[in-house]
Amino acid sequence: MTAPARVGLPRHGRPARRTSTGSVALAGLGVVGELLITAGVLLLAFLVWQLWWTDVEGNRAQAEIVRNLDWAQAPTAAPSAAPTPGATAGPVIAAPRRDQDPPVEAEPGLLATFATLQVPRWDGEPQRPVSEGVDKATVLDALGIGHYPGTAMPGAIGNFAMAGHRTTYAKPFNRVAELQVGDPIVVRTESTWYVYRVTSTEIVRPQDVAVIAPVPGKPGVAPTERSITLTTCHPMFSARQRFIVHGVLDYWAPVSDGVPAEIAGGA
Amino acid sequence: MYGWLWRHLPGSTPVRVAILVVLAAAVLAACFTWLFPAIAPLMPFNDTTVGAR
Repeated sequence: MTAPARVGLPRHGRPARRTSTGSVALAGLGVVGELLITAGVLLLAFLVWQLWWTDVEGNRAQAEIVRNLDWAQAPTAAPSAAPTPGATAGPVIAAPRRDQDPPVEAEPGLLATFATLQVPRWDGEPQRPVSEGVDKATVLDALGIGHYPGTAMPGAIGNFAMAGHRTTYAKPFNRVAELQVGDPIVVRTESTWYVYRVTSTEIVRPQDVAVIAPVPGKPGVAPTERSITLTTCHPMFSARQRFIVHGVLDYWAPVSDGVPAEIAGGA
Repeated sequence: MYGWLWRHLPGSTPVRVAILVVLAAAVLAACFTWLFPAIAPLMPFNDTTVGAR
């Protein structure tokens, strides 16, 4: 064969054997490089999935859950029935009730969605479902906000404690750090509105379960107040600490009376 | 690796590019559907609860 030498073939008459081991090593290095690039691309794809796609899916799923709670639609279908033609347009404002103890539902089974949560401070956030349990895979990732089993139900004396994601999976508690003392947290069950007000926020270690005790921070003490507690991760994108919000019940109102003034403006 | 794949794909260059795009999309879809949800619980940044886990 007298074909012209191809580029890359050994010059100066190097032994063919040495060249072939060299090119095998080079090819191996190339494969390793391609694998590393592939791993990098997959890592990037995982970040896209975790930081964006779980929010897309979660928001869709949680909106669907609220839509399927046939009671959860804001009861604004009544204004045409309002007998006073001069009344301002918009939902009927429910009068705050503090005269007697609020009705308290029995604790439902795991995974049951029994309430919704709205925080006017988080303007633009949708009404979020609250479901029983704080298991990550079955409740917090799939259903949204979870209620710590065994803690008080909405309106009850004790501590109505919930957990929710602050990042990823629709991040229902994403804006938890914006809450200020006095801000309303509006919980709705099938029959009743419960309007809580923020009393304090704190940052604790993950093992500090006292924050969800019946009297927050004082495990073993018999409760006299109707408290609410939100727990989520802190700092964002970390599991090093927990961000905690405490509040107490301000008032309640039957759903049939209308909508709490706190959320009537928005929505 | 990818060079080997490219040499063993049938068809002209545009056909090969199209096949590769479809393959990449399939791999990505499989990751989004099965792989990433499976490894997400192992990640250290999604814990929101207090207490033993």
